[in-house]
Amino acid sequence: MDLSLIIMQLLSGIALGAVLVITALGLTIVFGMLGVVNFAHGALFMIGAYAGLYLASLTGSFWWGLLLAPILIGAFGMLIEFVLIRRLYGRSIDDPLLLTFGLSYVLVEGVRIVFGSDGIPFPTPPQLIGVLDLGIGFFPRYRLFVIVLVAVVLLALWLTLEKTRIGLIVRAGARDPTIMQVLGVDIGRVWLAIFGLGVGLAALGGVLAGPMRSVNPEMGSLVLAEAFVVTVIGGLGSIVGAVVAGLMVGISISLVALFAPEMATIVMFALMAVVLLIRPQGLFGVRGRTA
Amino acid sequence: MPKSASTSKITRRTALAGLSAGAALLAMPRIGRAADETIRIGFPTPLTGPFAAEARDQVKCAELAVKLVNDKGGIGGRKVELLVRDDKLNAGEAATRTLELIEKDKVHAVVGALSSAVQLAVNEVTRARGVIYVSISQSDTINEAKDFSKYTFHEALNPHMTTAAVARQTLKKGMKVAHLVADYAYGHEMLRGFKRAQAAIGADNVGEILHPFGAADYSTFMPRLMSMRPDVLCISNFGRDQANAIKQAVDFGVKQQMKIVVPVILHNQRLAVGPEVFEGVVGGANYYWGLEGQSKSAAAFNAAFKAANGGAIPTDYGAYGYSGVGSLLAAMQTAGGTDTDKVVDALEKLQYDLTKGPQHYRKCDHQSVQSVLVLESKKKSAMAGDNDLFAVLANDTGSDDMLRSCSELGHAT
Repeated sequence: MDLSLIIMQLLSGIALGAVLVITALGLTIVFGMLGVVNFAHGALFMIGAYAGLYLASLTGSFWWGLLLAPILIGAFGMLIEFVLIRRLYGRSIDDPLLLTFGLSYVLVEGVRIVFGSDGIPFPTPPQLIGVLDLGIGFFPRYRLFVIVLVAVVLLALWLTLEKTRIGLIVRAGARDPTIMQVLGVDIGRVWLAIFGLGVGLAALGGVLAGPMRSVNPEMGSLVLAEAFVVTVIGGLGSIVGAVVAGLMVGISISLVALFAPEMATIVMFALMAVVLLIRPQGLFGVRGRTA
Repeated sequence: MPKSASTSKITRRTALAGLSAGAALLAMPRIGRAADETIRIGFPTPLTGPFAAEARDQVKCAELAVKLVNDKGGIGGRKVELLVRDDKLNAGEAATRTLELIEKDKVHAVVGALSSAVQLAVNEVTRARGVIYVSISQSDTINEAKDFSKYTFHEALNPHMTTAAVARQTLKKGMKVAHLVADYAYGHEMLRGFKRAQAAIGADNVGEILHPFGAADYSTFMPRLMSMRPDVLCISNFGRDQANAIKQAVDFGVKQQMKIVVPVILHNQRLAVGPEVFEGVVGGANYYWGLEGQSKSAAAFNAAFKAANGGAIPTDYGAYGYSGVGSLLAAMQTAGGTDTDKVVDALEKLQYDLTKGPQHYRKCDHQSVQSVLVLESKKKSAMAGDNDLFAVLANDTGSDDMLRSCSELGHAT
């Protein structure tokens, strides 16, 4: 087995991991700050892909779809929080879980009614069609773009959370919402924004995945399972954990595919089992934390 | 609320009329069943999951076959009813639904399933209960003596005949062939078929990769497939797996280095990823609407389907639903009813031509002997219209020579 093949395989793994990171991130942020396990995350990922496709064909440009779909679906997420989720804060963790689980069915069926259950083609943006010669092999331009874009989004997110006043409020709100209210911060608005951000990230993942897969109403269900595995490995609620675990899962799948391709899906769950045995709270999770 | 306004207007007379109509509606199925007037055909198929698009076409076409018979007065004056059930592409679910269809709904025969693994589960249930089953998805195993019963019929093509026809059109002596295969019964059977055809032609196998069934991402298999440097890449998977695998192979520049070949090229998946991605991909098929120029039965089938479905055209797996149910109903017509032994006998003797030319069920294994098409996906600029998807490379007339011999399958000859 030559080295260049292994490097190509690593690169495939990182590209795969990048989409996992973006989707798991939304899930973990919402859980970490709101204590809501969002089972509609996969469905919102799918809605994001459809919205991106729709907006791209409306404006004639993939880039508008990529920019507008996460914003639009993020706003839709805020509406969900305002109308539905908000009523369930302070109740047991099962309540929002069941609500979002039901919501995911509504969303998937809704898309089936509007767009049909067949897959729809999502064309790759013309600037990113084709492969790039890396000297050791060819790699799709689009997947390289996905890696770069995800890195940029992560950096922006990190800077916002760590270096801005908004980030400070968000982090403090996650730790002690009561004190924040005493200090005069409208915590309800913070939660609204956080849920919108989580949903927007799911939608971004959907738009990014669109040109790599065919777009269909069930595309979110597999993604939801993957995103949960990544969040559990990384530690529920941990942003760093989601990033590290997402890349770890992507690379593991890719390297296993090289030696035992039929095991490629199982490896993700095996990895989760091992992590849970050694560190039940996940790699970067806080021990004993439940919502 | 408008509702309260209307309730206040209900008089005793309308209420009574409504009640009695409701009671009649409730009693109706019971009356129908007691007289045993209707002929009930069970139809398990995966309405949800990665094969949903193909399954839905199967249902539409099966309904069409039933409608055409009912329009002509049914079978011996009895109406035919199709009972569609979602098997969720799961063998256990399919077995349960089939059992319910037989025990609870008292169906007279079962047609359906859309996965080689699921159809074997359905077949287990039907043959144990002596109910006729016409399978309409590809399988070699179902022909073999181990899984065969006198009640088992196989309307679909089988992997052996499909891969042989495709290989004849695409492979030459000395070519290097690599395989990407879905890791379940369908993939394994297609791989076995291709390897047998390859050996006969003298092409070399340079490697095979099994991928998990229902995978969304195939990128991790591409570097290794490229490093095998084959002339032809055979991708043996089905439904959305086919669309995703071909799309991602094309993204990785596979087509610049090698030709992509599939055992079964799917109408719906070609629509799902677009002409640019599928351009030049070659695969087998049981049916393509474009046959209507050469075949009167295809023209008639297309016309009937269009009339019933608002001008839409029938697809490959849809045609199986039509011919599977159609052949069964034709045999029931001959048998004069639903007596299982008489219908089996009629099916064995039946010569039918419903979609593309003459077909019959071979006596020893009940495999439908039929023509096999080899199609090539057209370039966008070469398409005459939105439905002009494929060019017909070959239309091999059906013959017993296409099938494995009865003795090879373990049947007494």
